[in-house]
Amino acid sequence: MMPLSGDPPRSKVLTVALIVIVTLLALTPFLFPGSKPLNVAAKICIFIALAASYDLLLGYTGVVSFAHTMFYGIGSYGVAIALYSLGARWDAIALGLVIALPLAALLALLIGLFSLRVQTIFFAMITLAVASAFAVLASQLSWLTGGEDGRSFRVPELLRPGTTFFNAFGIEVNGRTLSYYIVFVCCAALFLLLLRIVNSPFGRVLQAIRENPFRAEALGYRTVVHRTLANVIAAAVAAAVGALNAIWLRYTGPDTSLSFAIMLDILLIVVIGGMGTMYGAIVGATLFILAQNYLQALMGAVSTAAGEASIPILPQLLHPDRWLLWLGILFIASVYFFPSGIVGKLRGGPS
Amino acid sequence: MSATETDVGAALPKERADYLPLLLPLLLAVAAFPFIPSTSTWVTLTIAGLAMGMMIFVMASGLTLIFGLMDVLNFGHGAFIAIGAYVATLVLLPLAPWMQADSIWLNLAAIVPAVLLAIGVTGALGLAFERVVIAPVYGQHLKQILITMGGMIVAEQFLYVFFGPQQIPLPLPASLRGSFLIGEAAVEKYRVVCVLVGLAVFVSMLLILTRTKIGLLIRAGVENTEMVEALGYRVTRLFVGVFMAGSALAGLGGVMWGLYREQVTAAMGGELLVLVFIVVIIGGLGSITGCFIGALLVALATNYAGFLVPKLALITDIALMVAILLWRPRGLYPVTSR
Amino acid sequence: MSALLSLSGVETHIGQYHILHGVDLDVPDGRTTMLLGRNGAGKTTTLRTIMGLWHASSGEIRLGGERIEALSVPDIARAGIGYVPETMAVFTDLTVRENLVLAAREGAMDETRLDWIFGFFPPLKKFWLSRAGTLSGGQKQMLSFARAFIEPRRLLLIDEPTKGLAPAIIGALIDCLKEVKRRGATILLVEQNFRVAQEVGDTVSVMDNGRVIHTGTMAELAADAGMQHRLLGLSLDTHR
Repeated sequence: MMPLSGDPPRSKVLTVALIVIVTLLALTPFLFPGSKPLNVAAKICIFIALAASYDLLLGYTGVVSFAHTMFYGIGSYGVAIALYSLGARWDAIALGLVIALPLAALLALLIGLFSLRVQTIFFAMITLAVASAFAVLASQLSWLTGGEDGRSFRVPELLRPGTTFFNAFGIEVNGRTLSYYIVFVCCAALFLLLLRIVNSPFGRVLQAIRENPFRAEALGYRTVVHRTLANVIAAAVAAAVGALNAIWLRYTGPDTSLSFAIMLDILLIVVIGGMGTMYGAIVGATLFILAQNYLQALMGAVSTAAGEASIPILPQLLHPDRWLLWLGILFIASVYFFPSGIVGKLRGGPS
Repeated sequence: MSATETDVGAALPKERADYLPLLLPLLLAVAAFPFIPSTSTWVTLTIAGLAMGMMIFVMASGLTLIFGLMDVLNFGHGAFIAIGAYVATLVLLPLAPWMQADSIWLNLAAIVPAVLLAIGVTGALGLAFERVVIAPVYGQHLKQILITMGGMIVAEQFLYVFFGPQQIPLPLPASLRGSFLIGEAAVEKYRVVCVLVGLAVFVSMLLILTRTKIGLLIRAGVENTEMVEALGYRVTRLFVGVFMAGSALAGLGGVMWGLYREQVTAAMGGELLVLVFIVVIIGGLGSITGCFIGALLVALATNYAGFLVPKLALITDIALMVAILLWRPRGLYPVTSR
Repeated sequence: MSALLSLSGVETHIGQYHILHGVDLDVPDGRTTMLLGRNGAGKTTTLRTIMGLWHASSGEIRLGGERIEALSVPDIARAGIGYVPETMAVFTDLTVRENLVLAAREGAMDETRLDWIFGFFPPLKKFWLSRAGTLSGGQKQMLSFARAFIEPRRLLLIDEPTKGLAPAIIGALIDCLKEVKRRGATILLVEQNFRVAQEVGDTVSVMDNGRVIHTGTMAELAADAGMQHRLLGLSLDTHR
């Protein structure tokens, strides 16, 4: 239980599901050859880590922040700009990280100190405002960020698809595969790190603060310090994940890293998966990304069929672009009926 | 009889009325003056700022009142803005000939029903939203934020379902198009109308709050809902009424904005919501006057900055918010003790 | 003498805290019942539970024979209960006049009644149009009282009205209470100040640890220093 920091899944179904998910993700290049499955799998890994970092804030500390994609974007853009400006070198990646991670942490610190003194609602609104300002800034400073078009760049040679290493079981293992495993391993490491953090004394204090800030304060815990620290950690992890995302996509742009849609995705994943469980991020991200990629196609097919059959409204309701409508309904339903998400349900009711 | 020693007890010194925030928009306009090359440009920018500010005020006033009274933050407020605009198109597009006619009466005959319908629909939806979505999660801020956010997403998507994803153009009525001249400054007619409407809304709200019993209940409820209930008033009904009014105001703001931009998109709700939040934060949650000042400040600043430093225009509202919060951490006129 | 208000077996939980452990209390009609006890005994909780601000998890509360424990706060207030909370809870943004307008639920304020109130609390007349937030502590308490008396109520729940007030103001409040009593009001009064209790109380219920541990007459308790000490303990407040 050491790697899981003493926080096991606590549900047979969940354990099985997690094992299946992790195994499939680990073996994707070999089980599901082709670029689309690999892309989906990489996205799942990335969103697992991203959602887990958000769960630290939302689920464990009880803080609603809409600035999370901002930190994700900082990591993404940091690496992207470095690779774009300096060329496809490993030290460019390092430089990008060295700039982006502390920047994200610093920004999180400032936001935290500035606004965590106020209550939930104020903080949520402020983070919304700050995040949208940042997004605007990113698209305005196009000399740096590439504006609306973003930045495309080349990655170091080892990571390129053209670099073949060997063939195993008839599948070509190349730079892309290596990239994938870097993403997979790093995201796994970040997840386990977060698991460690929430199960540490620090994590327990966070939960105490979430339950009853006054009591925690009275017991001597400085809530502002703890919340700010949680904010900083979550931001740093998000930035790291952003960097991984940039390396994987070999591109960074407002739509892949800063859009509010991503913020909503994260929110949905954490809430539907289960707030305050960490494992909810794994289950939620997997379901979400899979559905986003494969269910949308299904919706499209049904929608077209309905359109051809001249059924009113149904084609529009099931149009793949209306994906978010159903997600939104599911999201609302989760908040009402499964406040502890899927993981909570599997564990047998609110824990 | 008693109390002879006590009746000379003086009240605490009258608080100095807090007028400084009221002067801020004026100060801003005056401060911008030297930087703007021509007076006529300054006049145009100022009027534009005032008009925009009024529209934002109309949208934001509902939100701040709802929060002040009910301690509910409706992240779905933006949905009502968009819905108001869309509902107006249902009337205005079929009646386009009346809108394009040169007669102000025909124009009004199209606009008035459109506005009434928009307000009616958003008010009714507000009622449904409050009872179905919000009432179950009173007092649970986290869930409120999540659920109203979800509501907003769903509402926006439904707008796409029923109206399609493209923008819908919404041309101004003929009698309100164009500008008239003040000296050398071109002042758009529609903007003046917006200013008048905004002022009317502001003044009516203040009158209702200070002169009517309902207003009394709202002001008392903002301070201490429990005590209002202990005096025998069914606060829940008050909540619902205020929520409906707030949503209807959002709808009105949406119509005004839609005509201002001469187009309507489902995404407008979300975009405006950020601005509305900033204004509400600046003004102080629960304060109508604060909201009014905040809206004017934000709009004026955005317009001046848009002229002087275009690149930074889009973050002027954030910068303004930060500046004001550094001065008064709970906004210009914090009303509630929360 | 029948009880206008009676509680039996009332238990109240607040979150995970079990505050009232089965309160049995009777408030006789037309009399003033003192609710005494140490800090933390559950007196305020009892009043709030009667008012409906906190829900009784079990037990019955009857007003004039009708059960009210399941009613909403506004309905309980409309059943004829006036509440003067410990925190006074005057609406600071409203003027004195507006505070009273709100309290006069039935309609316009009765002029004679208002004059009567002004008689006891002259500052309220003097600061009639001032914001309640500018009043001193004692004056706010006067306003809080006035809100409860502006219309006749079947029952008055008053929570520690004299806490922290100057003796002269306490005198005004006592006089007001005596007059109200004379007019036949039924009062349940929580007080730490024993002098006040002695002057206005008819019957006494003493609470400790969420239960009523003693019920009797005020006269009896006032005469027995030993009982006072035993029931009310070291927080006995007998200063003038």
